[in-house]
Amino acid sequence: MANPARYWREIPQRYRLEAARCTSCGEISYPPRLACRKCRSRKFESVVLADEGKILTYTITRVGPSQLADLTPYAVGVVELEGGVRIMAQIADCDFEELAIGQRVRLEFRKIQEDGQAGILCYGHKCVPV
Amino acid sequence: MRDVAILGVGINKKWGELWEMSLRDIFVEAALNAVDDAGVDHVDSMYVGCMSSGLFVGQEHLGCLMADYLGINPVPATRVESACASGGAAFRQGFIEVASGTSDIVLVGGVEKMTDVSGDEATYALSAASDMEYEAYHGITFPGLYALMARVHMERYGTTREQLAHVSVKNHKHGSFNPEAQYPFAISVEDVLGSVMVADPLRILDCSPITDGAAAVVLCPLEMARKISKQPLVKVLASAQASDSIALHSRSDLAWLEAVHRAGEKAYKMAGKTPKDIHLAEVHDCFSIAEILALEALSLVEKGKGGQAAESGMTALGGKVPVNTSGGLKSKGHPVGATGVAQVIEITRQLRGSAGERQVEGARTGLTQNMGGTGGSSVVHILEAV
Ligand SMILES: [Zn+2]
Repeated sequence: MANPARYWREIPQRYRLEAARCTSCGEISYPPRLACRKCRSRKFESVVLADEGKILTYTITRVGPSQLADLTPYAVGVVELEGGVRIMAQIADCDFEELAIGQRVRLEFRKIQEDGQAGILCYGHKCVPV
Repeated sequence: MRDVAILGVGINKKWGELWEMSLRDIFVEAALNAVDDAGVDHVDSMYVGCMSSGLFVGQEHLGCLMADYLGINPVPATRVESACASGGAAFRQGFIEVASGTSDIVLVGGVEKMTDVSGDEATYALSAASDMEYEAYHGITFPGLYALMARVHMERYGTTREQLAHVSVKNHKHGSFNPEAQYPFAISVEDVLGSVMVADPLRILDCSPITDGAAAVVLCPLEMARKISKQPLVKVLASAQASDSIALHSRSDLAWLEAVHRAGEKAYKMAGKTPKDIHLAEVHDCFSIAEILALEALSLVEKGKGGQAAESGMTALGGKVPVNTSGGLKSKGHPVGATGVAQVIEITRQLRGSAGERQVEGARTGLTQNMGGTGGSSVVHILEAV
């Protein structure tokens, strides 16, 4: 089991979707970073990501990692949230056959995986069709 | 900067599941073959490309390990890691060291021993080439990441499922002429379309395999090669590398490999060549869609036409620009850290005119493209017969 600190330090962005907006060029970094990737400025203000967006692309994972064996097969996609930030997320509660590029989705707080048998439960966001 | 030549090349007798061979033996076998081919009695420096010996075998510190087992201590030996581009990046370091005048004879090898762990552990090791906190955490796998790109390419350009299959079919056909290949046999479009789904729309026969193997080359100044080489001379015309975000979702275009494009543009400029001057190429077909994306980014085919290129035979042996005559990662195998070096070996053999049944007639200028992850690291080299 990894030191839980590795998990704990991601909580602001994973649980609360906290991101950083560059005060000089407006680029939003998710997760927050120390230098803007667009203009290299180091000044940011904290913002929270929108919780709705659309699917840009998706796949159905038929052969997945062991910690997600109970869930397999599952859908994963790149979602563009309102405001333009893109994230990788599982698409839950969906009919695989009805998934489509451009489909509207909403983020929901869910359990993502478990860190081993005696380990911590790992949470985050999945998206569900609106 | 000095001109750099490829003096010798070496690879294992066969790639695949090499149960009887250890990580060090696999590397040393290929390296000795390269040293013999070069006909040198010493090397001045060595680079070892390897992605993840730590997760695959539990062994780090490959530079001194391999130098010791090659019997070349105390020459400097350094491991280079850039995920699946480790071999290409190691070759680039060797090129820079010779070109700069720091060393004369440099050995560059790449290696991966992938079958000492279970399939699940191998998948985990490979996933470490993606963003572990913001991609892999959410359950996306490598076939999945390339499937995400494939879906956008299909939607935008009308690339068909059959065209993806044609990439694997072509590379297996090429690989059937390569006795060193892990899977040296032909497959059909029907085989690909009937194989098990891994990550829609990609099936198992769209994916490169898990492979044990190594590849090595010896570099030296072109002027030295003119005096001591017993082989047709091959010069490294260009070496270029570029980076992109590690996370696929952070890129503005999900069906375009910007780092491959940037590295390609730099390489063409350095070589004084255009895509039209390239006679053949070895590109990083870790998945069928990857070859399509790489060829488009390198301007070897028009944007959106990569699928058609495979279907029409343009990129097959006998076509306008044969691609992956070795069999590519798909048929030859993909021992991750060795791949970038093995690509250089195939082009070298083609330019020497020693590629046997898969020889491209009149090949004078060839290109290699090696990438890590979903293209976050990309290395391009251009070689020419002199
Ligand atoms: Zn900025």
